[in-house]
Amino acid sequence: MKKSWWKILAVVLLVYTIVGGLLLDVPRLMIVNESIRALYFHVPMWFGMVLMYLISVIYAIKYLRRNDPEADIASAGFAHTGLVFGFLGILTGMIWANYTWGTPWHGDPKQNGAAIATLIYLAYFILRGSLENQEQRARLSAVYAIFAFAAMIPLIFIIPRLSSSMHPGSGGNPGFNMYDLDSTMRRVFYPAVVGWILLGIWIASVRIRLINVEEKIHELEYEKNK
Amino acid sequence: MNWNMKKINSLLAIMIVAIPAFSQEPEMADAMRSEGKIYVVVAILLLILGGLVAYLVTLDRKVTRLEKKLEENRHS
Repeated sequence: MKKSWWKILAVVLLVYTIVGGLLLDVPRLMIVNESIRALYFHVPMWFGMVLMYLISVIYAIKYLRRNDPEADIASAGFAHTGLVFGFLGILTGMIWANYTWGTPWHGDPKQNGAAIATLIYLAYFILRGSLENQEQRARLSAVYAIFAFAAMIPLIFIIPRLSSSMHPGSGGNPGFNMYDLDSTMRRVFYPAVVGWILLGIWIASVRIRLINVEEKIHELEYEKNK
Repeated sequence: MNWNMKKINSLLAIMIVAIPAFSQEPEMADAMRSEGKIYVVVAILLLILGGLVAYLVTLDRKVTRLEKKLEENRHS
């Protein structure tokens, strides 16, 4: 129980996100109206995704330095969870865009960038699935994970800022903090980001431990059959 | 003269129509809040979150059991 304080923190923060996110005051704005509350759920998906991919790339580098198979499994596990966050971010964004921009897929640079980044990470799992040899798979996918991360950052954070994205904070649009002058939304938004990220780490850790158990069972079977 | 009057009249008409459009309050779900129905939504979302977290906890414990079992098998 001592080790799982951060899991309890994740649940507390997410409960607060739902209660505070729906009940506390938000800025009264045209077009977004009450849907501004989607910010507490849609944007943390992207924060979560980027952090999962970042942890994945750190483990990928760790694998390349130490040749530790568990680092490879951790790298894949975090990338997998990041992909789930990415899909949830795209889908929630499509629902929101349908009501504020008029169409689910607006061809917005940030939407397109996020879709391309998600496809790049899907290819990561195709690469992993297509290699039988454990060492070869670990090495190639670690190198690919570094390139995937390096491609994802400009696609999501730099290109939309240079072009005419409709997302707040991009293409000359003011960020949400411009409208949120009295910081009412930050009281929920920052805890929401931390809560969703912790939940993501929790899910990833369960998946990683499960795959480690699977690998050890394979090893035991292999030794027995020798 | 008459033509100018028409122009001014139509300009006035546009202004009268436009003023409320600018000063209008964005529409928010205030009625839903005052009726207390927002608590229904909060309750449903909390239940879904609670259910998913409980499921994750059972999965977490199951993996812990597997890890322990594997450790025992290794030493035996």
